Amino acid sequence: MKHLSEYRDGAKALKLAAEIARICKGNWAIMEVCGGQTHSIIRNGIDQIVPQNIEMIHGPGCPVCVTPISVIDKALEIAARRNVLFCSFGDMLRVPGTTSDLYRIKGGGGDVRIVYSPLDAVKLARKHPTREVVFLAIGFETTAPANAMAVKIAQQQDIHNFSVLVSHVLVPPAIEAIMNSPGNRVQAFLAAGHVCSVMGFHQYHRLASQYSIPIVVTGFEPLDLLDGIRRAVVQLEAGQSHVENAFPRVVTEAGNEVAQATIDEVFETTDRAWRGIGVIPQSGWRLKPKYAEFDAERRFAVEDIAPEESNACRAGEVLRGALKPHQCEAFGKQCTPRTPLGATMVSSEGACAAYYNYGRFVHP
Amino acid sequence: MKPSTLNIASPLCPVPLRDYPQVILAHGGGGKLSAELIEHIFAPAFANEHVTLLSDSTPLCLPSQRIAVSTDSFVVQPLFFPGGSIGDLAVNGTVNDLAMSGARPMYLTAGFILEEGFEMEQLIRIAKDMGRAARDAGVAIIAGDTKVVERGHGDGCYINTSGIGVLPAERKIAVDQAKPGDAVILSGSVGDHGVAIMSVREGLDFESPILSDCASLADLVQKMLDTSTNIRAMRDPTRGGVAMSLNEIAAASRCGIELDDECIPIKEPVRSACEFLGLDPLLVANEGKLIAIVAKSDADQVLNTMRAHPLGCDAAIVGHVVEDDNQLVVSRTAVGTKRIVSIPVGEQLPRIC
Repeated sequence: MKHLSEYRDGAKALKLAAEIARICKGNWAIMEVCGGQTHSIIRNGIDQIVPQNIEMIHGPGCPVCVTPISVIDKALEIAARRNVLFCSFGDMLRVPGTTSDLYRIKGGGGDVRIVYSPLDAVKLARKHPTREVVFLAIGFETTAPANAMAVKIAQQQDIHNFSVLVSHVLVPPAIEAIMNSPGNRVQAFLAAGHVCSVMGFHQYHRLASQYSIPIVVTGFEPLDLLDGIRRAVVQLEAGQSHVENAFPRVVTEAGNEVAQATIDEVFETTDRAWRGIGVIPQSGWRLKPKYAEFDAERRFAVEDIAPEESNACRAGEVLRGALKPHQCEAFGKQCTPRTPLGATMVSSEGACAAYYNYGRFVHP
Repeated sequence: MKPSTLNIASPLCPVPLRDYPQVILAHGGGGKLSAELIEHIFAPAFANEHVTLLSDSTPLCLPSQRIAVSTDSFVVQPLFFPGGSIGDLAVNGTVNDLAMSGARPMYLTAGFILEEGFEMEQLIRIAKDMGRAARDAGVAIIAGDTKVVERGHGDGCYINTSGIGVLPAERKIAVDQAKPGDAVILSGSVGDHGVAIMSVREGLDFESPILSDCASLADLVQKMLDTSTNIRAMRDPTRGGVAMSLNEIAAASRCGIELDDECIPIKEPVRSACEFLGLDPLLVANEGKLIAIVAKSDADQVLNTMRAHPLGCDAAIVGHVVEDDNQLVVSRTAVGTKRIVSIPVGEQLPRIC
């Protein structure tokens, strides 16, 4: 962490921006996949210093935003039950379900606790053997290893009052879905650095080749993002489409093989609904049958809950890159961080929240 | 109940509190045990000429026609944290609220809500911390109250403090007084308290220990007031952090504020912790820092005075007040662009990945 300032050097950033302006001749639309990248771009004003003929499109990579409302509703139903101790990452507490959110459930007497790791939830299960401890296991490939480990530990230690409500999603199928969607404008991707730190980037070669798109593995600091954009533009101008690693201090081609093995042990791929987008085939993970005992959906019989989304919320279009947050009619009016209609305005990684919190005077 | 572990050091009388290592309901009943709580814990810890009276109210002489009054309640968890305790906070929080209006804090009251079963030894530590903090701040705790709630109906110990301070004549220091061109001065690094609390609350071990900055700002403020008559507004950026305080000033004064990200002092361990947790240091709580809005002409002079004080040695001019009908607080980023510094909706929540 002590080397962070190297990647925030203003003079170097402006030099990179000038370099991008020099090489950029055409009009290009580049999608940053990850919500963390979106926030860094808006918070640091990267979109203000790249040439106007580069459009940054914000991708679906916010784990809070894409968690389907059906999962939120199931979480609310379980968390409200007596004898349940419901654990979640903090970001999820404000996400609106059909009629409520986890904060309200907590206020109404539900035992909802913020944890920083699923392993903390396992500890709570050990500490409270007479209570049902449930962990809301959401996120991309980054959070999956720890969630898988929590299930493994619970099984190894005979902790039977622990279960997980799983809603894991995967980046490569989302990229594929975006490329296949009608009206897609994305011409290059900045792949999420921390996802690749777990999974490597070997699986991106096929996508780059099949869809003829440059994919640049990119970090989160201003210089990381500008270097990612620069490399994408170089490829676009040259008509190339291959995978580049602009985050080598963290990411390797193979990724973290121990973490991948843990995921493979516990999870298997499944079709998964993305909030605002719909079902993407084979885009998520669920527990393997041998870990079914730890599946909260089965344990609490909440499979059939049917949610309702707000008609005014256009988060799905934002997540697909078809709409900028400020182009939504509800943005900043009916929909603010205080009165969010959709998860993209709630999450600290959501594109709408980024525009509202940091960029309202640029995108009024 | 015959415990042997309670260690009540002199000057606190060991009898009969030694028989009650934990608070019981009768300690709040107004009877003998309540009186003994005051006599053996609070009065010695707070030690000043007024608390020995133990009467229903305390007569005071105030040397001014203009006084400032403030009250605040403290419900922090955990009660003891790196760099302080709920006792320090309860005194310094109200002292600082008084000081921010330019008042010289003089007197405090202290109300305790204790949970049945609360460890007496912890109460003694808290009372001692309050006494020390009050002496350091130059205020006297002159009245108090204790209530005990049943086990499970409290969180160990809650404290309310109210304070009285004396305002200087002919001075108006308020959040609606900022004017375009004024300098924004921050007395030191931001985020220390909030991150210190989070580190113990959530069991996060950081490489470098992060201590709360909890402190009384009364002396620093007096020296600033002696230096300049053009201090327009002051705020101690507690909950909601610097972002909240500056937005309040901008809204009340109907102006904008422009900051410079690179001028805002942040300790490296705090910056790293915030990066790790996905928190914005400008939104994290402080308990020993102040923001001053000062006329441009006096800004350097006030800054020098602050830097000569132990609590202001890292003070910096971090921005200035501008004309802006939208009353936005914005900050210049390292790459020369601007971002909005907005108010948090609720508590900051750590990010997922």
